[in-house]
Amino acid sequence: MTTVESYPKITRIETAPRGLIGGAPLVQVQAEVERKYRREPGFPVFTLITPATLWLVVFLILPLVSIFIFSFWKSTGHGMVPDFTLDNYRAFFASEGFFDSKNPNFLTPSIFVRTLWSTFRFTITVMALCLVLAYPLAYFLSMQVENFKWQLALFLLAMVPFWTSYLIRAVAWLPMLGRHGLINEFLLAIGAVDQPVSFFLYSEFSYTMALVQLYVVLAVGPIFFSLAKIDRTLIEAARDMGATPFQIFREIIAPLSLPGVAIGMIFVFVAVMGEFATAVVVYGGKASTTGTVILNYYSNANYPFAAVNAFMLMVVMMIGVFIIFRLVDIRKEL
Amino acid sequence: MARSTPERRRKARVKAGFSVYYVIFLIFVYGPMFAMFTLSFQGPRGGTSFPMRGLSFYWWEKLTGPSVVGDLKASLARSLILAVVVMIITALLSTMLAMAFRKRFRGSGVLFYVVMAGLMVPGTLLSLGLATLLRQIGIPPNWWSSGLAVHVVWTLPFGFLVMMAVFNRFDSTIEEAARDMGADEWTVFKEVTLPLILPGIVAAGLFGFTLSYDEFARTTLLSGAQNTLPLDINASLTQRVQPTLFALGTASTIFSLLMIALFILVYTILYRRSR
Repeated sequence: MTTVESYPKITRIETAPRGLIGGAPLVQVQAEVERKYRREPGFPVFTLITPATLWLVVFLILPLVSIFIFSFWKSTGHGMVPDFTLDNYRAFFASEGFFDSKNPNFLTPSIFVRTLWSTFRFTITVMALCLVLAYPLAYFLSMQVENFKWQLALFLLAMVPFWTSYLIRAVAWLPMLGRHGLINEFLLAIGAVDQPVSFFLYSEFSYTMALVQLYVVLAVGPIFFSLAKIDRTLIEAARDMGATPFQIFREIIAPLSLPGVAIGMIFVFVAVMGEFATAVVVYGGKASTTGTVILNYYSNANYPFAAVNAFMLMVVMMIGVFIIFRLVDIRKEL
Repeated sequence: MARSTPERRRKARVKAGFSVYYVIFLIFVYGPMFAMFTLSFQGPRGGTSFPMRGLSFYWWEKLTGPSVVGDLKASLARSLILAVVVMIITALLSTMLAMAFRKRFRGSGVLFYVVMAGLMVPGTLLSLGLATLLRQIGIPPNWWSSGLAVHVVWTLPFGFLVMMAVFNRFDSTIEEAARDMGADEWTVFKEVTLPLILPGIVAAGLFGFTLSYDEFARTTLLSGAQNTLPLDINASLTQRVQPTLFALGTASTIFSLLMIALFILVYTILYRRSR
């Protein structure tokens, strides 16, 4: 059918330059027509993006690039000098006696690699717990609460802690988990234990609890938004055709909420990987994460070695984010 | 008429189950905070855990006096000034960015990911990178310079996402109409676009305010000689923990909650007006 809009396209196709096989791609012609016939409304893009772009280049990209560069420099004990040395990397990967078959440390990864590995393993645990806790909550808010105002109110109520200081929320765990903490008092009161349990605080348990509580809201938000966007008629249709609730979940809800899950998991992943303050508060500084290692070497003025640890952390995070990006196309979601 | 079929009863049971879960979730997220609130009213001889030994404002009064980590009032003032400046810059830059993204332009994909990287890159890395860079160049870090710089990197993606959402629902035919009637770009923006997107701009700004006010990881190495409030709180953690810290935490949390309430209120009012 020839409409007013399609008219110029049709004439253009006829006069379009011929390629080896047939005409030039239609898209190109269309873009050409649009350029010619439509005045670009609004402010010029260049003016709009320049301030923010400059800000991000100077204060985001440049610092990250300089971490990479400084990781090859040489520490002088109180500062660093330009150099191109791989010593920092060797110290990061290989422990003393790594290549010596008689040494007990033969082929043992260094403490820094092991710290990074344990940070990563720990992050995966926290991510899994966050997903298990956040998904049902997001599902409840988006699918079960029908009144829009209630939905918004309950969602905000669950999200509010995100806007409060995470440092204070970590501190708030102290009166809960200590030997005289609320959990111990509760367990004593119901007679579950005879003596206060001391492993609640300054342990892997307290660290996990605190991190999950701090970052679970990061997963709730994106999962909620992707669930709320699902077209309800799809579910109705599936139900009319006799699908069981489980089938509806597996075939419709789960795949369509996947982008939200991916975004939420990326948020939790990068936040927990870079974590350092919570470890000090609820773990008593007993265990180190790569984040605390970085800050320690910074305060000891060994900047190149701090940079190596930071760069390796960045590499692991980029691999993780890349894998999640591969699994789900996220930009479509935004 | 609603009849009680097995299907209906099953649904009600499922919903009740989820509601219980929601409440448990809230207890998990808020519980520790309430324990902290309560303990901040601990009697003068009480400690940092239960039981309460009397009720008092003792620890709250200690807040106003000189503290172990320095002048809390001064660091609060610094945090507030910083948050206001971050708020203004976030609102401005994220609006401009989102307006640019209404059109397709070269490099928009890359720019999008760069903006989002501000949200992804952990504060530790950003702090370390900029701090060592400044050190090498010989510029001393300060909360109002390098601190401000990384705060905006952190708040911009949030403001940007808010404004993207605003423009996604934006009906640009009204702008077209204004243009057809001869309005120039500035008039269109001032008379048509701005009044409609104002709630979004306010939301983006207040988002920036609360995030900046509580920001800690990025500021760690970049605030220079003077601390912001979260840095002071962190410093006091290395001392022996006293209920004063709980009072400080409670006060700071209440302030954050008030800001969120204000944010919701302003947004609702402006949103209604723009309809």
